[in-house]
Amino acid sequence: MLKALQCVIRRDLLLAFRRRSDVLNTLFFFIIVVSLFPLGVGPEPSLLRTMAPGILWVAALLASMLALGRLFANDHADGTLEQMLLSPEPLTVIVIGKVVAHWLVSGLPLVVLAPLLAVQFDLPADSIAVLVYTLLLGTPVLSLIGAIGAALTLGVRGGGVLVSLLVLPLYIPVLIFGAGAVGAQASGLGSSAHLYLLGGVLAGAIALAPWATAAALRISLE
Amino acid sequence: MTLQAHALCCIRGERQLFASVDFKLIPGDAMRVAGTNGSGKTSLLRMLCGLSAPANGHISWHGLDIRTHREEFARDLLYLGHANGVKDDLIAWENVVINATLSGHPVSQDEAYRALDQLGLTHAADLPTQSLSQGQRKRVAMARLQFASNTPLWILDEPFTALDHSAVATLCATISAHLSRGGMVVYTTHQEISLGAGRAVTLNLTQEPVC
Repeated sequence: MLKALQCVIRRDLLLAFRRRSDVLNTLFFFIIVVSLFPLGVGPEPSLLRTMAPGILWVAALLASMLALGRLFANDHADGTLEQMLLSPEPLTVIVIGKVVAHWLVSGLPLVVLAPLLAVQFDLPADSIAVLVYTLLLGTPVLSLIGAIGAALTLGVRGGGVLVSLLVLPLYIPVLIFGAGAVGAQASGLGSSAHLYLLGGVLAGAIALAPWATAAALRISLE
Repeated sequence: MTLQAHALCCIRGERQLFASVDFKLIPGDAMRVAGTNGSGKTSLLRMLCGLSAPANGHISWHGLDIRTHREEFARDLLYLGHANGVKDDLIAWENVVINATLSGHPVSQDEAYRALDQLGLTHAADLPTQSLSQGQRKRVAMARLQFASNTPLWILDEPFTALDHSAVATLCATISAHLSRGGMVVYTTHQEISLGAGRAVTLNLTQEPVC
């Protein structure tokens, strides 16, 4: 079972590496969207500081949405997904492997880039640290929940738009606690409550999303 | 070891493709699913794999329903579908290693090379699969058969398309060897081929629709 998990993660990372441009497109999208706001809103530091967490989080949501298309669609097209469904290894394990690899290429880079981009908004150091923590806890949730949506819309015409309609509402709790934590830290309330809640959401998503995704894949491929 | 189908019925959209398909396969049997285009051959094979649910009827392996005993059945099944199940961005041998690991028979890089060698892909083993021809890709997919001698049931959807004469001969030999070991094969093809089967059955799906 571990061997299969390892194999899937390595396979997907290798595929992402061979298709670097896809991965980089999403990252540049994130950078550009975040950078547009200071340009559009103007250089008022206090305004930028208040808006920063929300902007970074919304941009992260959109960037991870963009990356969802890659999760299952290519494997569906060339028949490898079919083979995964017929594998004697549990489909849930394969799904976990795919989600982990997907987060490593589309979620983790956002976490790494966020502090750099936060400088544009004049965020203080402690707020930046909290922002990184929230992204670290929140982006895996985006990948996990997004996987359910991506699996359900497999093979559907116009699946890209449909997946955003399905998944974005489910991202709302993550957005609220993620952006809220930074605001709470700045206002002196402390961010631990928000971080605990995000951790709880992550634990719930880890426990439930892979099973839901596996079931959705079986339905979509029928 | 038996694969048994009882009163299978397939409905696509409003149309009934086939109904009351019954058969029973025992070790050494080769069943060819015949029928015109659109008669439901691929649909039947996907049902037999457990990928799609029959509208009616049930399929059992060792007397156990395949849809409720997925993992036991998956261990005994090898399916080669219409799509090759080969990633274009991976190198040929990487495809072989990954496919074998995911189907539960991990192999080393050397074993993958050897399998590709036997399929006449010695020079293509280190090339990205996207630079290979359709027939060569099919052969890369076929490499899974080389490691599947312990997998009793093979379900092959159009395994001979895009293959040249020598590859067809190699594949026939592989399938015949599998049958003589006591394996079972269900396949579709529009070509005339002969397999050394203990019992060769043809299931013809081109019948008058019942309703």
